[in-house]
Amino acid sequence: MSLSKIKFDKKIVLSFWIILIALIIAAPTILPVFRLNLLGRYLSLSIVALGVDLIWGYTGLLSLGQGIFFALGGYCAAMYLQITSSSEFPNNIPEFFALYGVEKLPFFWEPFKSPVFTFFAIWIIPALVAGLIGFLVFRNRIKGVYFSILTQASLLVFFNFFNGQQKLINGTNGLKTDVTQLFGQMVGSESMQRIFFWITAILVIGAWFFAKWVVKGRFGNILIGIRDDEPRVRFTGYNPVIFKTIIFSIAGGLAGISGALYTVQSGIVSPQFMTVPFSIEMVIWVAVGGRGTLLGAILGAVFINYAKSLVSEALPASWMFIQGGLFILVVTALPEGVLGWIQGDGPRNLLQRFGLKRKIETYPSLEVNNKEGNNE
Amino acid sequence: MNNKDLLNLINITVSFEGFLALNKLNLNLKKGELRAVIGPNGAGKTTFLDVITGKVKPTKGEVIFKGKSLVGRKEHKIARLGVGRKFQSPRIFENLTVKENLEISVTTPKSPLNLINKNIKDEQLNEIERLVKIVNLAQKVDSKAGSLSHGQKQWLEIAMLVGQKPDLMLVDEPVAGLTDEETDLTADLLKSLSGENTVVVIDHDMEFIRRLDSNVSVLNQGTVLCEGTMETIQKDKKVIDVYLGRPED
Ligand SMILES: Nc1ncnc2c1ncn2[C@@H]1O[C@H](COP(=O)(O)OP(=O)(O)O)[C@@H](O)[C@H]1O
Ligand SMILES: [Mg+2]
Repeated sequence: MSLSKIKFDKKIVLSFWIILIALIIAAPTILPVFRLNLLGRYLSLSIVALGVDLIWGYTGLLSLGQGIFFALGGYCAAMYLQITSSSEFPNNIPEFFALYGVEKLPFFWEPFKSPVFTFFAIWIIPALVAGLIGFLVFRNRIKGVYFSILTQASLLVFFNFFNGQQKLINGTNGLKTDVTQLFGQMVGSESMQRIFFWITAILVIGAWFFAKWVVKGRFGNILIGIRDDEPRVRFTGYNPVIFKTIIFSIAGGLAGISGALYTVQSGIVSPQFMTVPFSIEMVIWVAVGGRGTLLGAILGAVFINYAKSLVSEALPASWMFIQGGLFILVVTALPEGVLGWIQGDGPRNLLQRFGLKRKIETYPSLEVNNKEGNNE
Repeated sequence: MNNKDLLNLINITVSFEGFLALNKLNLNLKKGELRAVIGPNGAGKTTFLDVITGKVKPTKGEVIFKGKSLVGRKEHKIARLGVGRKFQSPRIFENLTVKENLEISVTTPKSPLNLINKNIKDEQLNEIERLVKIVNLAQKVDSKAGSLSHGQKQWLEIAMLVGQKPDLMLVDEPVAGLTDEETDLTADLLKSLSGENTVVVIDHDMEFIRRLDSNVSVLNQGTVLCEGTMETIQKDKKVIDVYLGRPED
C-alpha cells in the first residue's frame, strides 16, 4: 500500500513539474505583456518571501526590515545599469548627477562598472550587511519583540539615509532602470522583459530548492530547535548565534536577488522599497501562505500581490482593508497559513464538520484516563 | 579538593537582587560518582545546576571542572567541555521526531558546516539505535516528540543527555510526574550510568533517592546542610528538623 502511494506521489510531482515548466515557457505568449510583467514582479517577490520563511517560519526571527536587503540588491543592479548607459551624458556619468552639480562619479559607484562585480554584489552585499546586523544583534541575545523593533529601526535608518543622499544615489527619486541599456537592448523593452521573466522563474525554482536544502536534515532541525527552545540548543553544545547569523545572512542574500529582479521589471529602485509597510507585507505573504512550508511563502507572495493588483484596479484604496482583514483571518482561523492548513488535517476536519467524512476513531483522551485514576 | 575530583564548587554565592539563592555552597564530586542532591522546594537545587551550566553567573565563588574554571564561560562552551543537563520539566524539541532529537544530541562537531554538508556518521546512527532501545523508544523513532507521553518525554531527554556523552550528567527531577514503574526503571537507568559517567541527580522523592543507593547531599536555603549515605543523613538532627521531619506537603 505504501509502495503504490509513493508511485502515485511521484507521478503527481512529475506532472506538476511538466505543467509548471510548460506554463513558464508559454507564459509570454499566453499573457499580455502588462500581465506578464506583473507576474514576473510577483515571482521575484516570492524570493524575498522564501528568506522571510527561513528566518521567521523556521528560526523564529521576525524581521521587519527585509526591505533593507531587498533595496540593496535593487540599487546594486540599478547602479550597474545606469553607469553602463551613461556614455551620452555629461562627464560620462549617470544623468541625475548633473542636477546636483556632481561632476565626478562617487567612489563607491566605480566597481559597479563591472558586470561581474555587480552579479556578485547583488546578493553578497545584502548578505554581508544582514550578517553584520544579525551578528551584533544575536551576540547580545536580543530576541523576540526587541529583535523585530530593532530590524524596523534599522529599516528606518537605511530609508532616511538613501532618501537624503541626492548627490550619491539620487535620494528620494531613486534610480530608473527602464530606459537604460543592457547588452544593446533597452531594459524596459518587451523582449528584455520576457527574458527577465524567464530568469526570474528559474531563480524562484532555484531559490526554492536551495531553501529546501538548507532546512532539510540536521541544520534545519537546529533552526527549528532555536525557534522552539533556544537555551536548550545552547545546553546541547551548539552556538545559536552562528546559526542565526548564517540564516539571517542567507535571507538577506535572497532579498537582494529578489530586489534586483523586481527593480529591472518595475523599471526603478527607490527608497520606497524601504518603507515600513512594504517589509510588513512580506511577513503577511508568508503568514498567509503558511509559515515553515517554503512553498507557502512563494504562493503567498504571488497570489496576494496578484489579488492586490486586481483589487486595486477595480476598487482603488480598498486593498489595505482587504489585506488587513486577510491577515487577521489567517492569524485567528488558520494560524498555520493556507498551505499549513491544507498539509495538516484542515480539509478533513472541515469535511467532518459538514458530515461529509467519518471521524477517525481515536483513543480516549489522557484527561479521561486521569479522572478515572483519581476516582480510585 | 583533590585531583581525583571532576568538579569542585567553592563558596558559591548567587544573589538575585539581594535574595541569596545559593549561600557559600561547597560541593566536590569524584569521577564516576553518583550523587543525589535533595532539598525542599526553593532550596536552590536548580540554581545550583544553573551555575554549573553557565546559565547563572555566581555572584561569588568558583566552579572548577576538569581543572578549568567554568565561571564566565558561555553555555555551549561548557556543554562542549563535557557538562550535560536534563531539565526539570522535559525540554525536548516537540516539533522534531525522536530520531531527530537524538541526532541533535549525538552530532559532533556541532558546527554549522558539519551539519549542512555532511551526513550523520554511521557510528552516531548506531548510538541512536542503542539509546532508543535503552529507553524503550525503538517503536517511536519516527514519531514527533510532542506526541510522546510525559514519561517517554522524560526518557527521551535522558537519552539525549547520554547521547551527548558528557563527563558530567546533571539530572534535574527526572521522575517528576512518572508512574511508580517508570520511576523504578529510571532509577536503574541512572544507576547503570554511574561508574562510567559522573551523575548528579536532583530530586525530592525520598523513595527514589533511596533506590539510587548513593551519597546524598542535602541542600537547604542555598547551602549544603549535610552529606553522606542515606542512613547517616536520616539520623542527622539538622536534616530531620528542616526536611525529613516535616510532614509531606
Ligand atoms: N532568576 C531568578 N530570579 C529571582 N529569584 C530566583 C531566580 N531563580 C530562582 N530564584 C529563587 O531562588 C530560589 C531557589 O530556586 P531553585 O534553585 O529553583 O530551587 P529548587 O530547584 O531547589 O526548588 C527560589 O526561592 C527561587 O524563587
Ligand atoms: Mg528545581
